[in-house]
Amino acid sequence: GNWGRLAAQQSLTQDQLLQFDTFGNVSLIHVTDIHAQLKPLYFREPSINIGVGDNRGKVPHVTGADFRKLYEVEDGSPSHYALSSGDFSALAAGYGRVGGLDRVATVINQIRSDRPDALLLDGGDTWHGSYTCYHTEGQDMVNVMNALKPDAMTFHWEFTLGSDRVNEIVEGLPFAALGQNIFDAEWDEPAELFPPYKFFERGGVKIAVIGQAFPYMPIANPGWMFPEYAFGIRDENMQSMVDEVRAAGAELVVCLSHNGFDVDKKMAGIVTGIDVILSGHTHDALPEPVLVGETIIVASGSNGKFVSRVDLDVRDGRMMGFRHKLIPIFSDVITPDADVAAVIDEQRAPYEEELSEVIGQTASLLYRRGNFNGTWDDVICDALISEREADIALSPGVRWGPSLLPGQDITREDIWNVTSMTYGAAYRSEMTGEFLHVIMEDVADNLFNPDPYYQQGGDMVRTGGLGYRIDVTKPQGERITEMTLLKTGEMIDPAKTYQVAGWASVNEGTEGPQIWDVVENHIRQQGTVTVDPNNSVQVVGA
Amino acid sequence: GAGAFVALGLPLRASASLADDAIATFTGGAEMADSGITLTAPEIAENGNTVPVEVSAPGAAEILVLATGNPTPAVATFKFGALAASQTASTRIRLAGTQDVVAIAKMPDGTFAKASSTVKVTIGGCGG
Amino acid sequence: MAKGVKPRVKVPKKAAAGEAITIKTLISHKMESGQRKDDDGNLIPRSIINRFTCDFNGENVIDVTLEPAISTNPYLEFAATVPEAGEFKFTWYDDDGSVYEESKKIAIG
Ligand SMILES: [Mn+2]
Ligand SMILES: [Mn+2]
Repeated sequence: GNWGRLAAQQSLTQDQLLQFDTFGNVSLIHVTDIHAQLKPLYFREPSINIGVGDNRGKVPHVTGADFRKLYEVEDGSPSHYALSSGDFSALAAGYGRVGGLDRVATVINQIRSDRPDALLLDGGDTWHGSYTCYHTEGQDMVNVMNALKPDAMTFHWEFTLGSDRVNEIVEGLPFAALGQNIFDAEWDEPAELFPPYKFFERGGVKIAVIGQAFPYMPIANPGWMFPEYAFGIRDENMQSMVDEVRAAGAELVVCLSHNGFDVDKKMAGIVTGIDVILSGHTHDALPEPVLVGETIIVASGSNGKFVSRVDLDVRDGRMMGFRHKLIPIFSDVITPDADVAAVIDEQRAPYEEELSEVIGQTASLLYRRGNFNGTWDDVICDALISEREADIALSPGVRWGPSLLPGQDITREDIWNVTSMTYGAAYRSEMTGEFLHVIMEDVADNLFNPDPYYQQGGDMVRTGGLGYRIDVTKPQGERITEMTLLKTGEMIDPAKTYQVAGWASVNEGTEGPQIWDVVENHIRQQGTVTVDPNNSVQVVGA
Repeated sequence: GAGAFVALGLPLRASASLADDAIATFTGGAEMADSGITLTAPEIAENGNTVPVEVSAPGAAEILVLATGNPTPAVATFKFGALAASQTASTRIRLAGTQDVVAIAKMPDGTFAKASSTVKVTIGGCGG
Repeated sequence: MAKGVKPRVKVPKKAAAGEAITIKTLISHKMESGQRKDDDGNLIPRSIINRFTCDFNGENVIDVTLEPAISTNPYLEFAATVPEAGEFKFTWYDDDGSVYEESKKIAIG
């Protein structure tokens, strides 16, 4: 971590980042899980991302130094900073921010200058995750993405805008809104607004792009916000769609997926005939595609931090080869695209004053990613306990939300970047120790069930005031033991009732102040936030 | 967020013996083949109150569907008439929690076939 | 007769002679399971659709026994052979003795 900022940046150039020997006859550009992050930010990749069952120890479940060893990434290098955890604050000081959709635009334009008819595909989780996105009900993101001219997208958090709003936006989209697994809930028929696939003719190749929306929308998010729609993996229907497009002459079949990486891997082993899966949802960033049978799976990170370029050689109706690059968006190295920068400024202008208000400072690195806790979540849990006068806090294990470096101001925008959602009420309720255990086991199974089709792709619910031991190799009901109330050091009594505060309940009618207000009040009180190391979760079997 | 307040817990097996009784009544205790019938159900229910299930058993006279973990396991019995184009039917069912759904086909020759599928009913509420 | 019970069916208007078609049916019904309690803790009596039949020109397609585990607004989907032009008749039987009927004509062509 001795890299001076200047030294670091001098070692990187835009040309070097974008260097690519154009290959074959088709180019795909993949962005996903932007979570409404229009501006450059810091984003620390997870240090703990445990794989279970067949995926134990396999990518993307390799982190930190193990990751660097696996991909032969030099310590302290740009790839170390972009792709792995470890020494993050020091490297961030050297390499600076990442992302920013005006920089992403520059990269896309550069690829299009090599290959004018490259397909730009957005994997979803686009219209969610910021102050401006919340206040414009996604319009800021729609306007900026339209300026990037995507060819298709699929969906997850978008639906938490509510189905009326989603329908309204989708009806006006100048590109395809795809989802072979988006069905009308009443008659179990494909939803008309979301076609299963779209054909493109590029470089003389007939390409079919099949959409796969997040399968577990009504479980992971409030189903009452979009009751007309049903989802699911529907791999049988996926197979029929692949067969249908092949029969209609598709020479290249691309699946634009929001399944999550392990689910995509399993699906690729069941459904035959998909050439490329562009994977989203689990926010993994992989420097190389993973091969399952004859399908390549590409993971392109999150929060606008990466763009994937995949060049393909398609001949005689077959994918003969590929060349791939995961391009990290180093914000200080890549020149922003002026037109898109102007569109971004235009979206933010009405809110600039609220966004930039400084609420406090942080003395610690604040981040979210990791299976069990993140320092940002520790701050949120502390806020819930103190502001809501609770014994225990529960905070959802979502994977979005940028990081802040030690010494940075915390603005209102920063707080919203890690809390913004349409169901952010901070509830307070009584729960028995037994019920708390049921919740913990339930969420743990959604993460550590050895069958990926039973996983939802989030991280473990974060706990404040509650410690526990987890054995990830055990079945549901036996993973969580030694639940301890931290303030007294006593074991949680199944029969006893505890005051629990949390947020992001999927239940309709949940009451309480909005989480961003709770966190803002807490940070104001603290002035400077310091997060102590969190040793409350003991992990076994990883 | 795990902020849902529904009574969920471990996979339900409490009424498994009731389910066994219902199966015995249907089959008269006969052996059941493990092929010849398919049961299609989601791995995770989007909503435990309305879980889509499809049963299919080419040539079957009847198909019995049971939810082995419900307080009352019986779900439905499909009897196929002369004009059934296939011995396939779909419906939506209530599941009290994570459990196995079972389908048993009775063939015209008096033999039986069984399929089962685990459906997870979860609190959910977190995501990437 | 229970209030607000409304059957709906989806049947193609035409089929080739001998063709297999998919039929979907829905009936709005609360399907009270008999296991729920009201606010005062009293058991709410069971009230469900307990049987559904579909016939074509007097010949049976499917006959379904429904239990309280069937969801609110029972949905049934199945496949029928259409040997000739004629009429599908759908019948739902309610615990309270009510019988709800719906019919759909289908042409050959
Ligand atoms: Mn997602
Ligand atoms: Mn996401």
